[in-house]
Amino acid sequence: MDLSAINPVILVASLMVAATPILLAAVGELVVERSGVLNLGVEGMMITGAICGFAIAVETGSPTIGFLAAMAGGALLAMVFGVLTQFLLSNHVATGLALTLFGLGLSALLGQGYVGVRPPATPKMDFGPLSDLPVVGRIVFGHDLVVYASLLLVAGVWAFLRYTRAGLILRAVGESHDAAHALGYRVVTIRLLAIAFGGACAGLGGAYLSLIRVPQWTEGMTAGAGWIALALVVFASWRPWRVLVGAYLFGGVTVLQLNLQAAGAAVPVEILSMSPYLITILVLVIISSDRFGARLGAPASLGRVFHANR
Amino acid sequence: MSGAADLLRIEGLTKAFPGVVANDDVSFAVPAGRIHALLGENGAGKSTLVKMIYGLVAPDKGRMQLHGRDFAPTSPHEARSSGVAMVFQHFSLFDALDVAENVALGMETPPSQRQLARRIREVSEAYGLPLDPTRLVGELSAGERQRVEIVRCLLQDPQLLIMDEPTSVLTPQEVEILFSTLRKLAAEGTAILYISHKLEEIRALCDSATILRQGQVVATCTPSEKSARELAELMVGATLHTPSREPQEGGEVVLRIHDLSMRSANPFGTALKDIDFELRAGEVLGIGGVAGNGQDELLAALSGEARVAAEAVTLKGRPVGQMGPTARRALGLLAAPEERLGHAAAPDMSLTENAVLTGTVREGLTRHGFLDWGKARGFAEQVIERFDVRTPGPGQAARSLSGGNLQKFVIGREILQRPEVLVVNQPTWGVDASAAAAIRQALLDLAANGTAVVVISQDLDELMEISDRFAALNEGRLAAPRPAKGLGIEEIGLMMGGAHDLDTAARAAE
Repeated sequence: MDLSAINPVILVASLMVAATPILLAAVGELVVERSGVLNLGVEGMMITGAICGFAIAVETGSPTIGFLAAMAGGALLAMVFGVLTQFLLSNHVATGLALTLFGLGLSALLGQGYVGVRPPATPKMDFGPLSDLPVVGRIVFGHDLVVYASLLLVAGVWAFLRYTRAGLILRAVGESHDAAHALGYRVVTIRLLAIAFGGACAGLGGAYLSLIRVPQWTEGMTAGAGWIALALVVFASWRPWRVLVGAYLFGGVTVLQLNLQAAGAAVPVEILSMSPYLITILVLVIISSDRFGARLGAPASLGRVFHANR
Repeated sequence: MSGAADLLRIEGLTKAFPGVVANDDVSFAVPAGRIHALLGENGAGKSTLVKMIYGLVAPDKGRMQLHGRDFAPTSPHEARSSGVAMVFQHFSLFDALDVAENVALGMETPPSQRQLARRIREVSEAYGLPLDPTRLVGELSAGERQRVEIVRCLLQDPQLLIMDEPTSVLTPQEVEILFSTLRKLAAEGTAILYISHKLEEIRALCDSATILRQGQVVATCTPSEKSARELAELMVGATLHTPSREPQEGGEVVLRIHDLSMRSANPFGTALKDIDFELRAGEVLGIGGVAGNGQDELLAALSGEARVAAEAVTLKGRPVGQMGPTARRALGLLAAPEERLGHAAAPDMSLTENAVLTGTVREGLTRHGFLDWGKARGFAEQVIERFDVRTPGPGQAARSLSGGNLQKFVIGREILQRPEVLVVNQPTWGVDASAAAAIRQALLDLAANGTAVVVISQDLDELMEISDRFAALNEGRLAAPRPAKGLGIEEIGLMMGGAHDLDTAARAAE
C-alpha cells in the first residue's frame, strides 16, 4: 500500500466537490422539512435537475444557463409534489416515493439523446494570484461558483431561519400548522414556496453531478445521493451547519476510500465502499444522541397533512 | 343609530356549513368597557361566531360593525389591525419556540426581539402575569401558556378581546388572577367577549350574556340575575337531571398504588413521583389538577400502557405493575383514556371493531383464536342500547359520532365489562351537559355495584359531584386523598398547587 500517493490538499479540495451535490439537496430539504413537509422525492428531483441542466447546457453551450434550467426543472417537479400534497391532501410519504420513481423515469426519457455527449466545461472562479497560493489556493480559491454558492446557501438558510421574521413564520408553520393557521398565516402558500425552494436546490445539486463532478449523463447517475441527503437532514437534527458537517464528512470519506482503493489498501473493497455511509451515520448519530435535543429538532407537524377546516 | 355606544355590533349573522347551520341570524352588541358572555353547549355555534369576528371564517349573511363602522375582516391580520385580539380555546402556541417568538408571531408589526422581550416583561408585570420571554413554551405550565396568549393580545392594545374558554385549564387561584386582569382591562375601556360553559364564573364576571342554542340566539340576560341552573337549562333547552347516589360504606381495598414513580414517554410530559393511594371497592376517587401535571402518565401507569415496578401497582394483593393492558384487563383493571379519537377509540374503525379492541378478553369475543363477529356485534349493540348512544348502528365509524355519543360508547364499553377497578381520564371533556350527566350517573351506578372508580378530571364541579375522596396531581405528585364532602374551593386550589409562582403577581394585580 502506498499512502504517499494520497495528497491531503487534493483530498480536501476534491471532497468539497464530492460533497456539494448532497449538501445542496440536503439544505433544500432542510427548509422543506422545517416547514412541516416531508418530501422523499429528493432523488427524483436531483436526477431531473441533472438531465435538465445537462441538456440545456449542451444545447446552449452555457453551463450557467444549464444550472438555472436545472433549478427550474427541480422546482417544477417539486411543484407536482406540492400540488398533490397541499391541494389534493395526498400522503407525503407515498407521494414523495412516487416522485422519486417518476423523476428517475422522466430523466431517462429526457436523456435518451445525451448519452456519451460531453457537456461544456464550467470555469473555476478567477481569484487571480490567490489561486496560486500553496495549500490555501487549492482548497479555498480553487473552485467553481457552485461550491461557493452552496456554502453561502448554508449560511443564508441558517441566518434566515434564525434571524428573520419570514424564517420564524416558516418554523412556526412546521411546528404547528393549526396554530399558524389560527393566527392567520397562509400555511399552504408558505409550504409551496418551501417545496419549490427544496426542488430548486435538489435540481442544482443534480446538475452539479452531471455538469462538473462526473461530467457526463448516464441513467440513474445520482445513485442514491438524494437518499443520503434525506438521511443527513434527520441526523443533523434539522440544523444547517450540521448538514454541512455531515455532507463534507460523507464527501471526505468517499474520496478517501476511493484513494485507498487506488493505493491498494489491504482492506476488502466492500468495506471501503460502505465506509462513507457507516461513518457518516455513526458520527451524526453521536452528534444527535442527546435524546431530548433531537426530539426538539424535529418539526412537530412534519409529514402531517394540513386541511384548514379540521 | 345607537351603534355609536356599542363597540361591536352584530346583526343577522348567518353561516352554514355542509349539513349544518352553525349560526342562524345571530344578533347582539357589546359596549366598550363591558364583559359580555357567549353561552352555549358544544356545537351551539360559539366558536364559528368568534371565528367570523376574527376573520378566520367569512359569514354567508349579516353584518358586523366595529365602532359604528362596517367591519368585515377577511383574515386575522385584518381583524388584529382593527383592534380585535383573541385567546384561543386550544392554545395557538408553538412548543418548540420561545415565549418572545410566540408573541411575535401573533403581532402585526413586532419590534426587534430584544425590545419585544422588554415589552413582554413590562406588560406582563403590569397586569400581574409574570413571564420570562426566553423560555420555551413547551416547558411552561398550562397557566403560564395562557399568560403567553393573553400577553400577546395585550401588547396590541386591543379594543375587543375575545376569550374562548380560557379557564378550563386553570387552578381556581389562577382564574381569580385572570378575572382581575380582565376587570382591569374592561375598566380601561376594552370590550371583552367571553366564552365559557362554566356558569358560576360567568355569573361572577360578566355584565351581560347571549345564549346560543343550535346556532340561534335563544336568550339575552344579565347572568348575575339568573341562577347557574337557569342558565344551564336555557343552554340545553330542557330540565336538567343531577346525578345522585346513596352514600356508601367502603369495602375492602382493591387497588393499592405504592411509591409509583415513572418517567414520561413524552419529552414535554411530567414524570410521576412517589404516588401513593389506596382504593376500596365501591369508592369513587376523584383526581383533580391542572392539565399537564401527570394525568396522562398516571392513566398510562394504571392501565398498563406504561410498565412500572411490579409492586407499585397491586390489584387485590397481586402485583400487576409489570403487566400490560390486556393482562390487567383480564384481572379486572380497566381504563378509558382521555383522547377519544386515537387513544380510547380508533377513529376509522367501526363501533363493533372498537368494541372488540378492549372487550375481547372479558367478553370472550373469540372462538378458537378467531374473532366471533356475531358476538362482537351483539356486545357493541348492547353498549349502544344501554348507554343511549345516538348512531344508526354498530357498523358506523367511530369518527362519525359526535363527541358526547362517542364518549358514552367508550365509557359504556368499559362499564359493561364489569370491571373491578375502572380508571377514566376526563370522562366528560367536550361533552354536552345532558350526556355528561348520563356518564356521571353511569359511573356512580357502577360504584354502587361495588366497583372502585378512579376519575381523573380537570372539571372540579364534576369531581365534587361524584367523588367520595379527592386528591390533586401537581407536577407529578399526588396530594393525600381527602374526603370530598366539605372541601372548599380554596383548599382544592391549594391542593392543586395554588397559583404557580403567582403570589407576587396576585399582589401586583390588586
